[in-house]
Amino acid sequence: MVDATIKQDGAVMRADRRSSLQKTFQRKSTIAFIMTLPLILLIAILVVYPALYAVHLAMLNKSMQKFVGLSNFTFLFKRETFWMVVWQSCIFALTAVFFKAIIGFFVAHFVHNIPDKGQRKWRGMLLIPWVIPPAMSTLAWLWLFDPSYSAFNWILERIGLSGVPWLGDAYWARFCVILVNVWIGAPFFMIMYLAALKSVPEQLYEAAKIDGANWWQTMRFVTLPMMRNIIMITALFSTIVTFANFDIVRVLTRGDPLDQTHVFATWAFRLGIEGGDIPLGASVSLFMVPILTIGAIFILRDIVKRGNEA
Amino acid sequence: MKKKSMTRRRFVATGAAAVGGVVAAPYVSSAQSAGTLKVGFWDHWVPGANKAIESAAKAWGEKEKVNVEIDFITSQGNKILLTIAAESQAKSGHDILSLPTWQPARHVDNLEPVDDVMGDLVKQNGKVNATVEYLGKIKGKWVVVPSTAGSQIKGPASRIDLLKQHAGVDILAMYPAGAAPKADGWNMETYLKAAKACNKAGVAFGIGLGTTSDSVDTAGAFFNSYGAVLVDQKENITVKTDKVRAAMEYMKELTAELPADAPSWDDASNNKWLVSGRGASIMNPPSAWAVAVRDAPQIAEQIWHHGMPIGPSGRHAPFLPYFWGIWSFSKNKSAAKSLLRALSTEAAAQSMVEASKGYDIPAYANFSTFKTWAEMAPPKGTMYHYANPHDHQVLSIAAAPSPHRIAEQIYTQGLMTKMIVRYHRGEKLDSVLSWAEGELEGFMRT
Repeated sequence: MVDATIKQDGAVMRADRRSSLQKTFQRKSTIAFIMTLPLILLIAILVVYPALYAVHLAMLNKSMQKFVGLSNFTFLFKRETFWMVVWQSCIFALTAVFFKAIIGFFVAHFVHNIPDKGQRKWRGMLLIPWVIPPAMSTLAWLWLFDPSYSAFNWILERIGLSGVPWLGDAYWARFCVILVNVWIGAPFFMIMYLAALKSVPEQLYEAAKIDGANWWQTMRFVTLPMMRNIIMITALFSTIVTFANFDIVRVLTRGDPLDQTHVFATWAFRLGIEGGDIPLGASVSLFMVPILTIGAIFILRDIVKRGNEA
Repeated sequence: MKKKSMTRRRFVATGAAAVGGVVAAPYVSSAQSAGTLKVGFWDHWVPGANKAIESAAKAWGEKEKVNVEIDFITSQGNKILLTIAAESQAKSGHDILSLPTWQPARHVDNLEPVDDVMGDLVKQNGKVNATVEYLGKIKGKWVVVPSTAGSQIKGPASRIDLLKQHAGVDILAMYPAGAAPKADGWNMETYLKAAKACNKAGVAFGIGLGTTSDSVDTAGAFFNSYGAVLVDQKENITVKTDKVRAAMEYMKELTAELPADAPSWDDASNNKWLVSGRGASIMNPPSAWAVAVRDAPQIAEQIWHHGMPIGPSGRHAPFLPYFWGIWSFSKNKSAAKSLLRALSTEAAAQSMVEASKGYDIPAYANFSTFKTWAEMAPPKGTMYHYANPHDHQVLSIAAAPSPHRIAEQIYTQGLMTKMIVRYHRGEKLDSVLSWAEGELEGFMRT
């Protein structure tokens, strides 16, 4: 009798355990975790490990044989070129993101107002700069700005103007790298904003119209608030990517003339790989991480807060 | 038949004797001791030039019964630098790797000393120049073997017709094919005069002032011609010296005669300048001429490779050697050394020079008179003086003789070209020199 009861209890426990396991596996969060596990592992291998390794490298001396703590950073803070690179990276990223956002915003509106039939063609064409590998499209730009054979200068000279040293003068060179970044990145903003515009309910515009709102009021009180999250996320994402940009500057100017177009990534490459000072290069590349992280936290917190309010 | 049984005591004694014998036996180093040798050679610019080094390595492999696996690694996008850095970090990869200019000094701790190989090669092929020794012999030890493939002299490549027409310079008379140079009058002053005359005529000299190697090498050669050293061998900063000031004054005058966008030139810009017919002279190995032969034969027929102008401290030509190094973590060192000896014979060097159409420069004194340079055309003899057959100029490198870790920074950061551009753009000389001093202090870190 007692034996039978124990056996029964055991069976019940086993069944309970099985069902709780089943329940765990049936839980959406578990399934989501399992499904994202390959991606998490991939990110851990390709992002987390190199990032931690970069932190480790940044704390070694030049010959990478001694731990020096934050000495590489304190050394950088005393270098004139470093602060010039900080300044240039900020100018480059903030100006480029601003113009990408403005151009993307207006182009998205134009495309949104094109009748559905022809819209797909325009969307496709406008995305071309974004889908071409940047190193390739920048090479084409390099030929247009070429010091000796610039196609732009050829046109200027044909209309009686003198040629411009596009990449030889610091200000023109900065203009050129920003222009190319805007040309490549604006379609991304355009497509994100277009998606946001399409998700704004038509009734809101109808209600605004009934209330007698003009174009600007509709934009300010309907369109912009509805697009705000997308605008913030796109701007944040683009700022991070633009701060980390390498290929455009590397292909167009390599940081010349006089280091006046270097950004963090190109200068880190110059110091680390070309100059053989890998720890210093790693320190330069890590410099923006805390600043961008704080910015990202604030923006994402704001988005989550407004999501909860909604 | 009597069976011989082995006791436990006897087994132990025999085993110990066998082990002792193996340990005591002299190790005979031979290439056959290795099965496979992994080699990473620099991927040559000149089409077909890889073939010569590949054939030489394969022929050695067949003879020595070693399987040679060859990768040709491009320097485009600095891939060769990235490969070297990765293998050095991982302590794994090829057995032999091509190492550009400053890499032997940078990776000295991971390179197998090759004093034995270099000792024999110098006896066999003649001395190597001081620049090769400066870059390849670190702390008194050879850590690399100079490579024929990729080593180059970036001396002047000028238009015969334009120099004669606009500057009155008969470059053929100064540097005749097949004969010693008669270029005593080819000095800094005449060079500057020629640059001014050609610029006035709309065919300016094309010298870059960017931070890529062509620009830096040229600036370095001019500095060396004035004896202008930025940091001496004892790590003293010597920027504010009369020699540096003299070099800067000269370069300021010369820069005024160069294209306005020279500060943004890369290594392709000067080639395009000459091939397009817009310039009278550039500083480059014969690759620009080779492109002109293909794309603009009428210009190629007028290109002559010749020596540098002489300065107060001599006639210095920009020289950029490549090396072959054996990683200290290689498992096939004896085979690797044997292969490097095979690649450094006269026949191998000659085949590399021929396959590269004269571009490659062997490091050894006895190898500067190959017939390839004498016969290359059009015009016949254009490359006769390229390999410095009469030891007419000093083959030097920018930033030498500063200690390697500092020199490498001066070179890769283009310090000299930046100094020139700053001065050219109106900054006071003292201010430029103080700025350079500050940069050099930063380069001193260990």
